[in-house]
Amino acid sequence: MPACILIVDDSKLARIVAGRKIQALQPDWERVEAANAEEAMAMLAQRRIDVVVLDYNMPGRNGLELAADIRALHPDMPIAVITANVQDEVVARARSVNATFVTKPVTEEALSGFVAGAALRLSQN
Amino acid sequence: MAGPLMVLDALEQDALTELVNIGVSRAAASLRKMVGRQVLLSVPAVELVSRKVATALIGERESDELIAVCQDFIGAISGRALLIFPLSNSMELVRAVLGEHDSGDVADMEHEALAEIGNVILNGCLATMANLLRESLNISLPQVRRGNGMHLFQIIGEPSDEGLVLFLYINFSLHDRDVRGYIAMLMDLASLESLKLLIGEFIARVMHDDPEANPGAFGPEPFGPGAFGNE
Repeated sequence: MPACILIVDDSKLARIVAGRKIQALQPDWERVEAANAEEAMAMLAQRRIDVVVLDYNMPGRNGLELAADIRALHPDMPIAVITANVQDEVVARARSVNATFVTKPVTEEALSGFVAGAALRLSQN
Repeated sequence: MAGPLMVLDALEQDALTELVNIGVSRAAASLRKMVGRQVLLSVPAVELVSRKVATALIGERESDELIAVCQDFIGAISGRALLIFPLSNSMELVRAVLGEHDSGDVADMEHEALAEIGNVILNGCLATMANLLRESLNISLPQVRRGNGMHLFQIIGEPSDEGLVLFLYINFSLHDRDVRGYIAMLMDLASLESLKLLIGEFIARVMHDDPEANPGAFGPEPFGPGAFGNE
């Protein structure tokens, strides 16, 4: 069964862009989207999700809070937090929930390490 | 996000918000280096309003006397960027940047320090946006102004001017310090047509993952050559 990746960003454009980069890297992966933390949690409860990429700065709960919530439910799920906000605290908090930090604007190259690592982990499960 | 703007379609408005978000996030990372603590940001709001409404939006949020650092930008898009906070916060912000000097030193340095903080934030934000849009902007030197809501009219423009401006704002605060304020940007309607064009090109570039797109914007150094007008 192909893996399913959830893309969470309040910006539709950012979701489209991230989706295209992921499609280029892993054409077989199914891609689903959420516009905020609430939608993301509902999606996670509804269906199988294998990998998550999150925007940091979103209305409501931010990407790091969401990452911590997802981590609590899914200890092994590959999670990436995407942001241009490279402050030490933001990077440290991403690491503390075992999420990969990816800088915005996102490029295929920037995502490739995370996506390759996630694919490897999924193939081992 | 604000209601739909008549001039920009939903995706263009989304892209503009995202551009501002990236610009401000990077600028916040620069400010974090100056103050040694985390800079917290809100999600940007974008609205198309008259100057009068823009002034009211700033004025009604604050009853205190305000201090503002302003920088004008001129290019394919033109307007004014502002860093605004209550006057009562300004010394605390300066202290956060200078460290714990005695108050005499801090008072002497206040004006200069505020201009520099404004410069780092506003220039950083504008330069990142300019790089992403592949359009260099001339950015004026920072000016520090203080006053109540009435004085802000001069900062925003003639209050009688019913002409529309694109108004963007983001709240910021410093972790563990009593410092908060906001970043506002006003863009002339005259530059909206070129802004729309530039955003359209930006969307096309990011959609097609042009490897040549924004060479200065994707590297570790966000500020490419030509981005600063006053270096």
